[in-house]
Amino acid sequence: MAYYNVSRPSEKLTWRERIYLPELFKGLRITTRHFVVNLALHAVRLLGIKTRRRGAVTFQYPEERRPLSPRLRTRHRLTKREDGMPRCVACMMCETVCPADCIYIVAGELPDPNVEKYPVRFDIDLGVCVFCGFCVEACPEDAIRMDTGILEIASDSREEMIYSIDRLLSG
Amino acid sequence: MAEAGIALIKIAVVLGFVLNLAALLTWAERKQSAVIQDRIGANRASVFGLRLFGLFHIAADALKMLTKEDHVPQTAEKFIHGAAPFISFFFALMGFAVIPFGDVLRVGGREIPLRILDLNIGILFIFAAIALEIYGSVLAGWSSGSHYATLGGMRGSVQMFSYEIAWGVSLLGIFMVYDSLDLNRVVLRQGDLLWGVLPKWGIVTQPLGFLLFLAAGMAITKRVPFDLPEGESEIIGYFVEYSGMKFGLFFLTDFVLTILISALLATLFFGGYQLPYLEPDGFRFPWGATWSLDHYTVVFLQFVALVLKIVFFCWLLLAVRWTYPRFRYDQLMDLGWKVLFPLAVANVILTGLVLTLIE
Repeated sequence: MAYYNVSRPSEKLTWRERIYLPELFKGLRITTRHFVVNLALHAVRLLGIKTRRRGAVTFQYPEERRPLSPRLRTRHRLTKREDGMPRCVACMMCETVCPADCIYIVAGELPDPNVEKYPVRFDIDLGVCVFCGFCVEACPEDAIRMDTGILEIASDSREEMIYSIDRLLSG
Repeated sequence: MAEAGIALIKIAVVLGFVLNLAALLTWAERKQSAVIQDRIGANRASVFGLRLFGLFHIAADALKMLTKEDHVPQTAEKFIHGAAPFISFFFALMGFAVIPFGDVLRVGGREIPLRILDLNIGILFIFAAIALEIYGSVLAGWSSGSHYATLGGMRGSVQMFSYEIAWGVSLLGIFMVYDSLDLNRVVLRQGDLLWGVLPKWGIVTQPLGFLLFLAAGMAITKRVPFDLPEGESEIIGYFVEYSGMKFGLFFLTDFVLTILISALLATLFFGGYQLPYLEPDGFRFPWGATWSLDHYTVVFLQFVALVLKIVFFCWLLLAVRWTYPRFRYDQLMDLGWKVLFPLAVANVILTGLVLTLIE
C-alpha cells in the first residue's frame, strides 16, 4: 500500500509553550486584533466611507445573494421550440438515466413528421431528485436544462414537490 | 426610616446596574464573538423596522424564555429542581452587596457610604456567596433525576474545589499589602501613590496575584475555557433538564458571575472607584498642577471610573471565552492543584518577604 511519509513538527512542547502564558497572550492578541479591526471597519462603513475590506464575510441572505456559478445545477426547466412547443421528443433518455427515478414521461403522437412524439406528461419529483444533472447530459435535443438559478425549492407537501410540465416549461 | 430608604435606593441602583449589564452582556457576547470571527451576529429582531444592531434580541430572548413550557422531568425532586436556579442566581447577586462603588456621599449633613453593606470582612462575604452559589448547580444536577445532569453537577463541585483554594490564596497577597479585609479600605489604600507617581493599585503590587485571580475567577464563572460543568453540547451539563426561564436564570447567573469577577478585579487590582491623582477635593497631579472639583463631581467621576473598569473586564472575559478551547478535565485539575495553588502560595511567601524587607 502506498503511503506518504509526513514529517511533523516535534510534538514535544518547547519551554516557551510549556509556560503557557506567552501562548495565551498570542491567542488573545489574534482575537483582539480581529475584534478591533473589524469593529473599526464596521464603524467606518456605517459612516458611509468605502473601504476595500468589509468587517464581516457575511452575506445577509434573503436581501443579499452570493453570485452563482454558471455551471451550478439548479432547478430544471424544459426548453421550447420557436412555435412554443416543448423541444422534448419524449425519447425517455432522461427517464432511463435518472438514478433517483424521479422523472415520469408519458409520450403522445404529433402529426408533424419531423418531430413525431411529444410529452403529454413530464413530471419531475424534486423531493426525490438528487441534482446529478444526468438528465441534462443524456438529452439529445437540449430540451432539459438546469440553469434557472432557483435554489429555494420547498413546499408544505410532497405533492407540491412534483413539478408538472407546465411549471417546468414556464421557467 | 431614612436609613432603610437609603439602603433600598442603594440596592435598587446596584441591582439595576448589575441586571441590566448582565442582559447587555448576552447581547455583547453574541456581537463580540461575531466581530471576532468576521461575522455580523444577531441583527434580525426589530421593532417597527428599527434593528439597532440587534439590541432587541435581549427582549426577544427574555420573551421566548418566559413563554416557553417549563418542563419538569417525572423523576425530578420537584421542590429542589425548582429552587436550584434561584439559589444560584441569588447567591451570585449577593456578592455585589459589599462591592464599594464610591467612598462617601455627603448630602444634607448626612454621610452615606456608597456600598450596600459596610462589612469589615467584605471579601469573606463574597467568598461565602460564591461557595454557596455552586450549591445551585450541584442541586440542579442531582435533583434532575438524570445521570448526565448529576455528573455535570459533580464536575461543577470538583472544579470548585480545585479553584476556590487557589482563588482564595491568590488574594492573600492583596490583604497583606493593604492590611485589611474591608474592600473599601483596600480601595482607599490603592489611592496612595508609589514613589509619588505610580498609583498603588493591586496590579502594581501584586502582578502574579492578578494573573492567578484572573485564571481562577474565570473558572468560577463556569464559562468556556473552564465550562466543564455546563459543556453545552458535548459533555452535557447540570442544567440539561431545565427549560424556559429556569434555564434562563442559570444562563444569566454566568453573566452575573462574570460581572462579579470583573467588579472584584477592578476593586482589588485596579483601584476600584479610584481614578489616578483624583483626591476628594479634585485632581492633584504629581507635577504640581491641581484642578479642584466639587464633591458631587468627584463622586460621579469615581462611579464612572468603576463602571468603565467593570465593563473593560467584562469585555476581557468575553474575549477570553471566545479565544481559548475548553480544558480537558485532568488538565483542569492539574492547572488548579499543581500550578495555580503552588504559585499562589509562593506569591504569599514572596509578598511576606518583600513586606518584611521594606519594614
